[in-house]
Amino acid sequence: MDKRRVMGHPLKRLDGPAKSSGRAKYNSDIHPKDLLFGTLLTCPHAHARITSIDITPAQKIPGVTAVRAIKKAGDEIQWAGTEVAAIAATDEEIARDAVRAIKVEYEVLPHLVHEQDLAKAGTRAKAAGEQTVGDPDQAFKQAEVTSEGEYGCPVLTHCCLESHGQVVQWGPDNKIEFWPSTQNVSGMPTDLGRSINVPASQIHVHMDYMGGGFGSKFPSDLWGRECAFLSRDSGGRPVKLFLDRATELMIAGNRPSLYAKVKTAANKDGTFVAWESQSWSTGGYSPGGVNGSLFPYLYNKVENKRINHSAVSINAGGQRAWRAPNHPQVSFVTCSALDDLAAKVNISSLDFFLKNVNLTNKPAVYTAQLEKAAELMEWRKNWHPRGDTTPGSVKRGLGLGVAFWGGLGHDSQCRVTIHPDGSVDVDLGTQDIGTATRTMVAMVAAETFGLTINQINVGLGDTQFPPSGGSGGSTTIGGVSVSSRKASVNALGKIFDMLAPTMGVNADQLEAVDGRIQQKGNPANAMTWQQACAKLGTQTVSEMGENLSRNALKEGLINQGASGVQMADVSVDTDTGIVRINKIVAVQDCGLVVNPTTARSQIYGACIMSVCGALMEERVMDQQTGHVLNADMEFYKLAGINDIGEIVVHLDITPENDARGIIGLGEPPTIAGMAAIANATANAIGVRVGHVPLTPNRVLAALGKAGSQRRMA
Amino acid sequence: MSSTHEEVKKKRKSAFSRRGFLQGLGAGTGVLATGVLEPEIAEAAPSTPLHGPDAVAITLDINGKPSKVTLEPRTTLLDALRNHLDLTGAKRVCDRGTCGACTVIINGKVQYSCTVLAIDAQGKKIQTIEGLAEPGRMHPVSEAFWNNDAQQCGYCTPGFVMACKGFLDRNPNPKPEDLKKGLGGNLCRCGTYMGIRKAVLEAAANMKGGSRA
Repeated sequence: MDKRRVMGHPLKRLDGPAKSSGRAKYNSDIHPKDLLFGTLLTCPHAHARITSIDITPAQKIPGVTAVRAIKKAGDEIQWAGTEVAAIAATDEEIARDAVRAIKVEYEVLPHLVHEQDLAKAGTRAKAAGEQTVGDPDQAFKQAEVTSEGEYGCPVLTHCCLESHGQVVQWGPDNKIEFWPSTQNVSGMPTDLGRSINVPASQIHVHMDYMGGGFGSKFPSDLWGRECAFLSRDSGGRPVKLFLDRATELMIAGNRPSLYAKVKTAANKDGTFVAWESQSWSTGGYSPGGVNGSLFPYLYNKVENKRINHSAVSINAGGQRAWRAPNHPQVSFVTCSALDDLAAKVNISSLDFFLKNVNLTNKPAVYTAQLEKAAELMEWRKNWHPRGDTTPGSVKRGLGLGVAFWGGLGHDSQCRVTIHPDGSVDVDLGTQDIGTATRTMVAMVAAETFGLTINQINVGLGDTQFPPSGGSGGSTTIGGVSVSSRKASVNALGKIFDMLAPTMGVNADQLEAVDGRIQQKGNPANAMTWQQACAKLGTQTVSEMGENLSRNALKEGLINQGASGVQMADVSVDTDTGIVRINKIVAVQDCGLVVNPTTARSQIYGACIMSVCGALMEERVMDQQTGHVLNADMEFYKLAGINDIGEIVVHLDITPENDARGIIGLGEPPTIAGMAAIANATANAIGVRVGHVPLTPNRVLAALGKAGSQRRMA
Repeated sequence: MSSTHEEVKKKRKSAFSRRGFLQGLGAGTGVLATGVLEPEIAEAAPSTPLHGPDAVAITLDINGKPSKVTLEPRTTLLDALRNHLDLTGAKRVCDRGTCGACTVIINGKVQYSCTVLAIDAQGKKIQTIEGLAEPGRMHPVSEAFWNNDAQQCGYCTPGFVMACKGFLDRNPNPKPEDLKKGLGGNLCRCGTYMGIRKAVLEAAANMKGGSRA
């Protein structure tokens, strides 16, 4: 790793100047000639049947070019925000007027939009079946210490700043130009083609920049289909249709909730002996939600456990993947319950998690990470038993959470072209969703060719390039680094073959270093990269490289299995119930780190998402109306620059981790933070606030219930 | 802030009766009658030409140049920039004055362009991120964002850069605590605040206490 000249170095991202000067054109920014604006009409009811729909008034409005009824009389609708009709018009204002002119009548039906109380879910709850390991009944009977608690985290929405949507132009001969905001460029033609009945080969996808997806932007979606048809019905003029913020927060995906009643047991020395959980979750109307069989998280080799989990169907928009599906919720519940158990045993949760580390899949790794995090947090100096006893209303506490994730690279193909003038194209149908993929690909190629990243021309976000997987599950960096490395090595091999006779050595005796091709061990026998490429004459070198995920572990360039520990230091004002973050420590491994700057940025961002989840974010449903009450950004709260405290990131960059190869990082650091913050709050105030977000209301209620503090002076 | 509660109430009352009078006039008052009427508007109404509902031709002073555009009076400055003038650095995210992604500087003041009507921006100096630096050059704030990796997906970034620029114009020598309050009006979903904190301090140092644009 010391020999690398590009990879492993903290380079600035290639598209930074474009993004920070406002020049980067996202697909929501593009404005092809004759552009029309599309808008959706959505259903205001959580459960209803359409009795009639009349689009003719909208069709009569000047400027309207196409109106489509998506639903018809008799159709049943299962959540508010469901798409009912779509309109294209010459101006956005006209499109909005036209949507209001459509007449729809509904028969309103009974709905359920709350899942927090399993008893009220009735037949809408489906049990997954009990899973038992060991003899939990006996274990609880014999246990020296037991703990019981209720924990919950609500449905969150992705709230991508660039909402879901696209521009589509249905051109002559059914050639489709498609500009979606997507995490899945190469997968789009097949997905859209299927829904509009056009061969995938007719669909050309373009996407240079993308304004956030977090797992919610894989399909072409119904609004993609409707946008395409609006374009077709408007004589092939391009149509732009991006969801408005309210619709985005209602129907463009969400993270499932998780609620649980948990019982745990330990010996007096802190040995964790038994787990029992009854949990439930909703992912909207369709069956789904969190995978309850992950309990207890990470510490799942516990000898005795009983798990019951139910999926609750409610009349609300459907779930989509959200950074590290299942893990943040299950880690939050597990680490909260184990923190409560540690408090009952009367030991520090750090000591509890260390003592039982053999119940994890990587005891040595987690021991080292817990100790490193403790050092950076000064845990052993600052930790106190439950309940800060110092005078004053502001109480301070420490907590921790743990994480694991896979992150093996997806299938990816890459084409590298070397031109006689020395310029290099590295083309692949991947996407940069903010994770600096463009920069990573350039770094891998530059490392291979002995060039700088500015000498590499990366092409991505276009289906004219070789296919690469969707960006989900932390699989992108692994996939694209292997394909671009192999394509670069293959292309460089062609250059070596060509030069070998001229330089009087075998091709395997050549190397590419610092902009030169030279003989290994004899750098005097060399030529510059430009001189070398000029020898191509009028030819270009074009070579492919491929990652196949099923072969990747065997090949050893990339790996899977990231581990992480996060700790939080919070202050809680017991008069107001306000929780403030003082500091978060994140210790994370991810194998070989391609770019420590952008890797740290990912972890900072993940920690901030955890602050949002722990303290602010919650989709609030109203059972009376069936509506999302906070489908906007005033009341769907995100953290601002003043809400995050200090964040300390420790990337485990070691020769051992480096030798493992590259592992994805998008999901792993998003997992442990909510638990760390919730546990720090319990440590500060002496009582558990079981449900996040830890709003002032909930904190004060927990304090009142425990009777440990006076709420008003 | 200067008027007392009683004064406001009195004004509202008079505005109300004024509205009744205007309604009585009939023609041309439809637009006013449907909205909440501010006292000032009511007083000025008879002599102020009414706009709309059809599109009107206006000229906006954007980045030091006059830009002619024809749009409906209800069009926000943000939509005018994005849909009519192809100035897409300002993003539409919340579309109601919460997130700051559409931030521009109007007459030296940082504003959310989604909360300003384009017709109300006539005669004012509008600066967008496109006007921060000459083509091919970067404004020190933009450069500091790049240097400190203060962007991921980058969708909030132009708004944040404009908010930082406006903030530094008013606070050329900020302390870390100042910017936590001064930049509280912009939201980032990827979580780039750590980089932004460093970027603002670096930009302040590089601008040496003066505005370059």
